[in-house]
Amino acid sequence: MLVLKKFAKDKPAVLGLIIVLIVIFVAIFAPLLAPYPGDVSASHLLRRLKPPTWAYPFGSDNLGRDIFSRVILGTRGALMIATTVVGLAMVIGVPLGLLGGYYIGWGSEFIMRVTDMFLAVPQLILALALAQLMTPSIESAMLALTLTYWPFFTRIVYAETRRLKNALFIDALQCMGASVPRILFLHILPNCISSIIVRATIGMGFTILMAAVLGFLGMGATPPDPDWGLAISESRQYLPDSWWFATFPGLAIFFTVLGFNMLGDGLRDIVDPRLRRSR
Amino acid sequence: MLRFILRRVLLAIPSLFGLLVLTFFLVRVVPADPATALAGENATPAQIAAIRHEYGFDQPLYKQFVVYLGQVARFDFGESAYSRRPVSLDIKQRLPATLELTITSLLLGTFLGIPLGTIAAVYHNRWPDITLRILSVAGVAIAAFWFAIELQLLFSMELDWLPLRGRLSSSMDAPPLVTGFMLIDSLLAGRWDAFTDTLHHLILPAMTLSLGGLATIARFTRAGVLETLQRDFVTYARAQGVPSRVLIWKYVLKNSIVAALTQIGLLFGGLIAGAVVVETIFDWPGIGFYTVQAILTADYKVILGVTVVIGVIYAAVNILVDLIHGLVDPRLREQL
Amino acid sequence: MSAPLLDIQTMRLSVKTDEGMAQILDHVALTLPRGRILGLVGESGCGKSTLVRAVLGILPRGATVDSGHILFENEDLLRLSEQELAKRIRGSRIGFIPQDPYLALNPVFTVGDQLLSVMRWHAPAPPGVTGRRARMRHHRERLVELLRRVQIPEPEAVLDRYPHQFSGGQRQRLMIAGALACSPRLVIADEPTTALDVTTQLQILKLLKSLVAEFDISMLFVTHDFGVVAQLCDDITVMYAGQTVESGPTAAVLADPQHPYTQALLACHPDRAQSLLGIPGRVPSPLNAPPGCRYAPRCPHAIDDCTRRAPHFAETGAGHLVNCRLAETQPEAA
Repeated sequence: MLVLKKFAKDKPAVLGLIIVLIVIFVAIFAPLLAPYPGDVSASHLLRRLKPPTWAYPFGSDNLGRDIFSRVILGTRGALMIATTVVGLAMVIGVPLGLLGGYYIGWGSEFIMRVTDMFLAVPQLILALALAQLMTPSIESAMLALTLTYWPFFTRIVYAETRRLKNALFIDALQCMGASVPRILFLHILPNCISSIIVRATIGMGFTILMAAVLGFLGMGATPPDPDWGLAISESRQYLPDSWWFATFPGLAIFFTVLGFNMLGDGLRDIVDPRLRRSR
Repeated sequence: MLRFILRRVLLAIPSLFGLLVLTFFLVRVVPADPATALAGENATPAQIAAIRHEYGFDQPLYKQFVVYLGQVARFDFGESAYSRRPVSLDIKQRLPATLELTITSLLLGTFLGIPLGTIAAVYHNRWPDITLRILSVAGVAIAAFWFAIELQLLFSMELDWLPLRGRLSSSMDAPPLVTGFMLIDSLLAGRWDAFTDTLHHLILPAMTLSLGGLATIARFTRAGVLETLQRDFVTYARAQGVPSRVLIWKYVLKNSIVAALTQIGLLFGGLIAGAVVVETIFDWPGIGFYTVQAILTADYKVILGVTVVIGVIYAAVNILVDLIHGLVDPRLREQL
Repeated sequence: MSAPLLDIQTMRLSVKTDEGMAQILDHVALTLPRGRILGLVGESGCGKSTLVRAVLGILPRGATVDSGHILFENEDLLRLSEQELAKRIRGSRIGFIPQDPYLALNPVFTVGDQLLSVMRWHAPAPPGVTGRRARMRHHRERLVELLRRVQIPEPEAVLDRYPHQFSGGQRQRLMIAGALACSPRLVIADEPTTALDVTTQLQILKLLKSLVAEFDISMLFVTHDFGVVAQLCDDITVMYAGQTVESGPTAAVLADPQHPYTQALLACHPDRAQSLLGIPGRVPSPLNAPPGCRYAPRCPHAIDDCTRRAPHFAETGAGHLVNCRLAETQPEAA
């Protein structure tokens, strides 16, 4: 309860939570909320590149599709990519971190070296290279992003496990003969949960940004997906006349990422007492 | 000092080696048949076999890796399948453009971010702090490619204040090549017109690229200053009547800068990744643009070469940051 | 008797916290005559440090002085602006020796840089010395002289060293030199020996005692240790939970403590404790503190009136003041 009270006091974090909830709501009910849900694949060449009006609040794109509807529909893809990537990265990264932190030896040393190696390459370049190995599609973009994001989870869980490993209660468990998986998953993991949640929240924002970049560079979503990054890429030919074409999908990315980041920052302040003090 | 550098360089070798293994693995082992990919869709089996032989794909993997290591050691990455020029030459010509862009952005981010972060910390929880906090969260949430396009829309297309793309106006003769840094070269040649033209071209890309770094540096400086302000020596200095202006901008800042410095080292990787996007949008003839081209055309020699160069730069920057660390913090200096 | 150098009366101060206003100081009174050493004694958290900060004008944000005055050389420090305090009080007329010499020096600047920067702002230069260069050279010479006086070996070389290259005792000597550097009238020492080991403690105390006479200064010595007070101080002021409970000449207070808290505290001191029992009960929270004596809930002699009665000092001997209901009736009885 104290945590909730503290969170409620942190206005940016609450604002972030509200944005995130709105985004999730929009994603779930996208087909109902979008005025022209058919505009995922339809084209209306007669009303192409029209500036915003009441009927088409964000204007229309090069195929005459309603950008407002496509921004709403794009929420689904963005969230879907982000949750899949972060979820998979967690599934890969967390157990590796637990193992690497708990055991000492060449095996854990190897895990951590590989982790460091992945962290040493700029994530975007690695994701681009990985995505290129597969045919450009949302799936390969997600896989590439997963492969670049898991080391972050490994790092935090590793550090936490190393710290806890020598704690008295772990000693006691070992003496009582608790099995290693039991110790790892029932006793150490719950202690890492808060930092994992913080990292995952920030990772959501980061992944949405990265997915947008991949889409923009033509390595992610393919037409006619209502992907935000892809839309901005398509808009470039029609600038500066059709400013709305690029602007609104970009704003959608901005607010979504902003929401996740503010929420993540707020959560981190609660979890990490050292940083909390500096607020 | 020299021993410190040497030790850091030696320490960087394993991770660079790991990087080589990783990239080698990614471009040569993972794809089913790189030769087929290289030859294109309409190649005959004979052509594919020729390419396979030319690139050494018919050799055992470990031999390929050893050959590759030898090439890397000589900075010889072979010939680009796309431009038909030696990769090392391409990199040599393009790297200064990228460095000019990234260093400008880093300087912009540092020299704006540190004062802004400090001001925010001094006015903790009052309006300058709140404004900066909002801006810094926003700064890392903006997609760089979108921000770049919006900047182009406003400053190039709508207001026509700044050039849209490129490094130098096409009507302008390039200054004689000395360092490859256009700003320096034009000054060396005494070409004031080329200097201002380059500067104009640099503004929008550097603004885009520095955005995320600026926000991060400001945030970390703020956190560092806030932490330092609670330390006993600040109270002592105040109690001894050191004016607050001197206290903050001299004594506190030097302590707080350590945290921000570490971030600058980490940021450089992000800047290089950012350069990939920014260079694509602004047609900046650097290695970021080059990398995207290579990735899109599966030009694997270029990918390998660029990765190695980026890895080396990244390691060098981190060693440099450690050195500066030592200069700032006398307790670390003894380890130098 | 001339006016005291430092005179604090009816000082009340509160700090805004998450849970409400906390009354940190409540009717604090303290008098320091010229040329003497006053020991300010109390448990940790009793408001000693806050009082010191109030004198120096470096209170944390959220703290407000509700009433009272701090007269220093007949000037009320509470009425001075931050600029005036920084310019002509802190460092220049009041020197400060911090509690923990390990933490009080900035680790990334040389000792000379830090000590000289204080002198640069505050130290007077003799009439003949003009120009920035000459002034700094003069300051440097004076600082070296002081360092030699506080028994720091190789004083010239020391200026270019960093804080981590000194031992705790040496650092505290540096701090003492720093406090004296600008020829202050008053030196405030905030538990200057707590962080040091016992032998070093003794040396530092001896040094301080000799310096007070030599430099013609007065000293406010904050501590929680009666033993230190007995060795060093001429006068003593005891604080409890933000209130001054007793003050007077050291010998008188130690020999014949009047306030039940002073009595209990002295009984607890390891040198003379009959048992290892502490004082029963807890220090009250400064939040919503009752108006009367804050020791009343723990006091064996307390009556109902104690929690209602406003603090008031009664003189039980020459200069010996006690803030207690019991003491008010004693003069007649004695």
